[in-house]
Amino acid sequence: MKKIIPIIVLLILFVIALFNKSQLEMSAGVSILVTILLGIAMIVVLILTISGRSIERRIVFLFIGVSLILPFFMNFTLPLQVSPEVRTLYDALAKLPKGSKVLASYDYDPPSAPELQPMGDAFMKWAFRHDIKVIIIGLWPQGPLQANLSVNAALADPEIAKHPPKYGVDYVNLGYQSGNEFVIQGMGTSIRSKFPSDLYNTPYDSIPLLRGVENFSNIDFVFNLSAGYPGTVEWVQIAVDRFGVPVGAGNTAVQAPQVYPYVESGQLTGLLGGMSGGAEFEKITKEPGQANTFLLSQSFAHVVVIGFILIGNVALFMGKTKRRPPIG
Amino acid sequence: MQFDIGIWIGALLTLGIISFLYKDNIIYKISEAIFVGVSAGFWFIALFWDNLYRVFWIGVFPAANTNAKPQYILFGGVILGMLMLSRLLGNKVGWISRWPLAFIVGATAGLKLITYLASNALSQINATVGNFVGAVNQPTFAGLVAASTIAIGTFCGLVYFFFSKEHRGWFGGLATIGTWFLMVTFGASFGYTVMSRMSLLLGRIDFLLSDWLHLIK
Repeated sequence: MKKIIPIIVLLILFVIALFNKSQLEMSAGVSILVTILLGIAMIVVLILTISGRSIERRIVFLFIGVSLILPFFMNFTLPLQVSPEVRTLYDALAKLPKGSKVLASYDYDPPSAPELQPMGDAFMKWAFRHDIKVIIIGLWPQGPLQANLSVNAALADPEIAKHPPKYGVDYVNLGYQSGNEFVIQGMGTSIRSKFPSDLYNTPYDSIPLLRGVENFSNIDFVFNLSAGYPGTVEWVQIAVDRFGVPVGAGNTAVQAPQVYPYVESGQLTGLLGGMSGGAEFEKITKEPGQANTFLLSQSFAHVVVIGFILIGNVALFMGKTKRRPPIG
Repeated sequence: MQFDIGIWIGALLTLGIISFLYKDNIIYKISEAIFVGVSAGFWFIALFWDNLYRVFWIGVFPAANTNAKPQYILFGGVILGMLMLSRLLGNKVGWISRWPLAFIVGATAGLKLITYLASNALSQINATVGNFVGAVNQPTFAGLVAASTIAIGTFCGLVYFFFSKEHRGWFGGLATIGTWFLMVTFGASFGYTVMSRMSLLLGRIDFLLSDWLHLIK
């Protein structure tokens, strides 16, 4: 029987995947009812723990999975306050006059896309809407391709599509260059030496947007999306401290704590930390996107994690209570 | 009927990896092996074409229609790289790899010394002390508390890592305060890591629910 259940579940999923054409959405009432049921289930786990029954880890995985999946079908968003670091980045971008050149460095790959892609999409839409010229580069091989996804998302916007930006004039993708932080160092002297052509092999000098762009002194702002090395730390150490160009960054939540000192010291002009930073950036730029949608699921999951941490502490302090067989 | 082979392969491999949460199984092992193999293959090709071809080959033999001059110094990098591989040839010849390794360690240390000293040490000290002095000169309660916390936490954290003196008495007290600050820092870092991992899982769930099952937009 146990072996048949996964097969049945898979067959149901296959049928849905092949034939389903309609979206599923829960009403507000059902959403609240589901939330209450999840809370009651957590309380039941707490009671069982107090009575000495330990919970198997697969039950914990199930709770996390349910708390992540169900909010996708709910139709409400959480209130969101914009943090000072996000506001600093937005204010720096908002101060740029029309026609300013922003170097957008996409230094991440698809595994980090759930956190960083919403930031990139919101930035690109905002830039195209406000006539900011964007020069895209990547210090990771897949970065420029992720940037193209941001460009496509922006071009799909109906308002931007009415007056679409022109490649080579309003934005350009110079592609990836190996060399890590030495690419940043080289760009301080000559961007052309590091990127002799764009992603499509068009020579640097043939691109109208790049006429007069020799090095960082011709760049008004650097917007960096980073998932590790090379990334924001290298941009701060070389581009900011050596060449004096202002840099704002979006980071994965793993990297954000090590980058916060740069924000406090003023070396970094604003920081978008993780998915919550992305959601705040979407709110402040008025470019609603995926981060806000995901934030509800993330908040639910965090509450469940905190609940289980508290339950775990209850189990720890009741360590000498007689244990009964685990549930699950 | 909607059937995109790429999405189906991605969905089945995602479910295969997630099946490990129930228990280790052959489907998980196959999915993991495919992931490791594809990653290794991708990076091999990417590094070959982006470094060996685009940097070395094009650098040494530039195209005729460009003004670029051959950069023969790139041969030095290739020779050092090949010497590194001598480690694979056993102990009799393997000692040669220590020379390129020494070059890399020495060059990196030299390049990073000033960078880290300026960006990670001096700028941070300037900010820590400067914020505290600024808060004292123009006091608001919140600003004073924040600046004091950072200054005290930084100082006590550094005291904890000073092992040339025994952590006893007043010195031990400062080190204990530093320990608490470090624990709070690690806790915050752990919390951010949990958030990051949840975000990655959300990306996969979004792929399954929207691209594969079409249950959400």
